[in-house]
Amino acid sequence: MIGFLWFWLVAVMIVGYVVLDGFDLGVGVLHLFLCRTENDRRTTLASIGPVWDGNEVWLLAAGGTLYFAFPLLYASAFSGFYLPLMMVLWLLILRGISLELRNHIDVGVWRALLDGVFGLASAALIIFYGAALANVLRGVPLQADGYFFLPLWTDWKPGPHPGILDWYTVIGGLVALVALTLHGALWLVVKTSGALADRARRLVNPLCLQLAAITVISLGATIAVRPASLDNYFNYPFTFVVPVGVIASLSGIWFFNRKAQPVRGFLSSCGYLFFMLAGACWGLYPTLLPATTGAERDITLARAISGPHTLAVGLAWWGFGMALAVGYMVFVYSKFRGKVDLASVGH
Amino acid sequence: MTAELIHRLHFAFTITFHYLFPQLTMGLALLIVVLKSVALKTGNATWDRAARFWGHIFGINFVFGVVTGIPMEFEFGTNWARFSQVSGGVIGQPLAMEGVFSFFLESAFLGLFLYGEKRISKLAHWFSAVMVFVGSWISGFFIIVTDAWMQHPVAYDRLPNGQFEVLSFWQLLMNPWGLLQYMHNMVGAVVTGSFVMSAVGAFYLLEGRRARYAHIFLKVGVIAGVIASVAIIFPTGDMAGKYVARNQPAAIAAMEGLFHSEAGAGMVLMGQPNEETGEIDNPIVVNDMLSFLVYGTTKAEVKGLDQIPKDQWPTALPLLFYAYHIMAGLGTWFVLLMLVCAFLLWRGKLYTARWALWALLLSFPLPYIANTAGWMTAELGRQPWLIYGLMRTSEGYSNTVSASNGLFTLIGFMGLYTLLGLLFTVLIYREISSGPEGNPEEAQAVHAD
Repeated sequence: MIGFLWFWLVAVMIVGYVVLDGFDLGVGVLHLFLCRTENDRRTTLASIGPVWDGNEVWLLAAGGTLYFAFPLLYASAFSGFYLPLMMVLWLLILRGISLELRNHIDVGVWRALLDGVFGLASAALIIFYGAALANVLRGVPLQADGYFFLPLWTDWKPGPHPGILDWYTVIGGLVALVALTLHGALWLVVKTSGALADRARRLVNPLCLQLAAITVISLGATIAVRPASLDNYFNYPFTFVVPVGVIASLSGIWFFNRKAQPVRGFLSSCGYLFFMLAGACWGLYPTLLPATTGAERDITLARAISGPHTLAVGLAWWGFGMALAVGYMVFVYSKFRGKVDLASVGH
Repeated sequence: MTAELIHRLHFAFTITFHYLFPQLTMGLALLIVVLKSVALKTGNATWDRAARFWGHIFGINFVFGVVTGIPMEFEFGTNWARFSQVSGGVIGQPLAMEGVFSFFLESAFLGLFLYGEKRISKLAHWFSAVMVFVGSWISGFFIIVTDAWMQHPVAYDRLPNGQFEVLSFWQLLMNPWGLLQYMHNMVGAVVTGSFVMSAVGAFYLLEGRRARYAHIFLKVGVIAGVIASVAIIFPTGDMAGKYVARNQPAAIAAMEGLFHSEAGAGMVLMGQPNEETGEIDNPIVVNDMLSFLVYGTTKAEVKGLDQIPKDQWPTALPLLFYAYHIMAGLGTWFVLLMLVCAFLLWRGKLYTARWALWALLLSFPLPYIANTAGWMTAELGRQPWLIYGLMRTSEGYSNTVSASNGLFTLIGFMGLYTLLGLLFTVLIYREISSGPEGNPEEAQAVHAD
C-alpha cells in the first residue's frame, strides 16, 4: 500500500516537471521560428525568465524522491542510461547558460548563436525525455542483478537487445516534441499579445492535429511493443477514463483555441500531459522497469521499494515540503501573471 | 586507469567546479541582506544600487551553480550506482529535501528579487532578499547532512537485502558531525563572499573611480571578513577538527602527517609526507602543539598512523596532508589581513592605504582555494571508506559503466566546464567594469538623486 502511494507520488512529481518545464522547453523550440524582431525575442524569453529555474527544480525534487523511495531503480536506470543522461546534463547546462548569457551579451552574432543553442538544446532535451520514457515502457536488457548498460542504438528494433534509440523510442521522442511545442505555443498565447501571440495562435490547431495523429500511432505502437501495458486497464475497466481524458484534453485545446480562451487551452494541454503520463505509469504498474530479457528480471515495485522506516520518515516531511513548494509556485506565478510587459521587466 | 579512479575523479572534478559558485552565492546572500537592510532603514538609494549590483553578480553565479549542480544529483546514480542502491534510502532523503525545501524557495524569491523590483514594495523586495539567503543556507545544510552521513553514519539500520534505512528523521538531520561541519562550511562561504566584495571595492579605489560604492563594499566586506575569518578558525574549525580527531583517527593522523603515536605530539607546519619511509621530509615542527590543540594538554598522546592497519589509511596521503595545510595556512593569512584592514578601516585610513587595497584585491582567489582544500581534506580523510566504516569506495562505483565510458564523459565535462569558466569570467568582468551605475537607466537615476 505504501509502495502504491510512493509510486504515484513520484509519478505526480514527474508530471509536475513535464507540465512546468515543458512549456519553457516548448517556448525554447518555438522562439526559433516565431520571433521576427528583437522585441519579440525579448518578450518571449521574458515570459519564461522568472520561472524556468523553478520549473527545473521539479526535475531535481522528482529525482531525489525517486532516489530514496526506489534506490534500486534509481541506481539501475541512471547507470544503465549513462551515455544519454550525460548528454541530457550537457544540454541542460548549455540551455541554462545560453539563456542567462543572452541577458548580458547584446551583440548581434553572439545573440544569434545563443538563441540557436537555446532552441536546439531545448528541442534535443524534449526528444531525449520522450525517448527516455519510451525506453522505460519498452523495457531494457536487465541482468540478473538488476543492472544493464544500453548502447545508443543497435538495429533500431525493440527486441531483446535494443538500443536507446529504435523505431519505437523515436516515436516517443516525436510525441514529446509535438506535445511540448504545442504546450509552449499555448503558453505564449496566454502570455504575449499582438502579432507574436497571433503567430503562436495560428500554430495551435495544426500542432493539435499532428499531436492527435501521433498520439494514436504511439498508443498503437506501445501496445504492439508491450501488450501487457493493457492488463491494468482490462482488470480495472474504470481506468479507461485515462484515454478518454486524453481525447477530451486534445478536444479542449482545439475548442478553446477557436473560442479564444487561451488560459483554458493551456490548462487543456496540461491535462493532456497529465493523462498521457499517468496512463503510461498505470500501464507499467506494479513494474517500474520491465526487462526485455525475461519478466522474472523486471524491476518491480516490491523489489525496488525502500524499507518501511525510510518511507515513513519520507512521508513525514514530503507532504509538508511539497505544500510549501506549491505555495511558492502559486505566489510567483501570481506575481508575474498577465501579459508580459517589457517595460516592467527588471529593475 | 581503473574504473574506480575514473569515477572518483569524475565526481571530484564536477563537484569541485560546482562548489566555486555556491560558496560565493551563500556568502553573498548574507551580505546582500546587509546591504538591503541598510537601504531599507536609511532610504539611501546608493545602498539599494549596491545591492542591485551584487544581485547581478549573485544571479550569474546562481545560474552557473544551478547548471553545474544538476549533474551532482545525477552522478550518484550514473557513476555511483552500487553505493546509491544500498544507501539511497538514507542519503536520498536530504538530497530530495534540498530540492523540496530549498530550491523551490530560492528560485521563487530569486525570480522576484531579480525581476520583480518594480512590481513589489521595498519591504517585499527586502523580504525576497532574506528568503534567497534562507533558501541558499538551507540548501547548504542538506548537502552537509548528506555528506555527514557518509562521514559519520547515524540513525540507520541495515535491511536483509543490504540496504540502509533511516530510523530517525531528527537524528539524521542533527548528526553532530553535520552540525559542526555546517557551521565551519557556511562561515567559509562568508569568507569567500566578503573577500570578493572587498576586492571589488579595492579594485574601484585603485582605479580611482566609483568611490562611494567602493567605500560601501569595503566597509561591509572587511567587517564581515574579519568576523568570518576569525570564526573559521575559532570556534568552528577548532570544534570540527577535534571531532574529526575523535571519530576518524586515521584522517587526523594523515592530515597532520603523524606517522608515529606520540605523547606531546608536535604540529608539522610544513614538510612532505614520505609514504615509503613513514617520515615527514624536511619538517618544520612546533613541539607539543598537536596534543594541545586536539586534547587541550601538551602531554596527551595522539594516535599515529602506526596504530592503524595500513588498509585503513587514507589512500591519497600526501594530497590529504597538503590540502589540510593549505587550508590552515590560508586561514591564518585571512585573519592577519582582515585584522589589519579592519584596524585601518576603524582609523579611517583603509581607503587611502594602497598597499592594503592591493593585498585585498590580490587575495580574492585565496578563499576559493581554501574552501576547495577544506573539502578535499574532509573527503580524502574519509578514504578508503565511502560510508565511514561501513562501505569501501571500491564497492560503490557503477560497475556497468566502464573506465573508458567514464573517461569519455569526464573529458566531456572538462571541455564544457572550460568553456563555462571562460564565459563566466567574461560576464563577471563586464559586470564589474560597468559597475553599479552601468546601464543608462541607473546612470539617469543617479543624476536625479
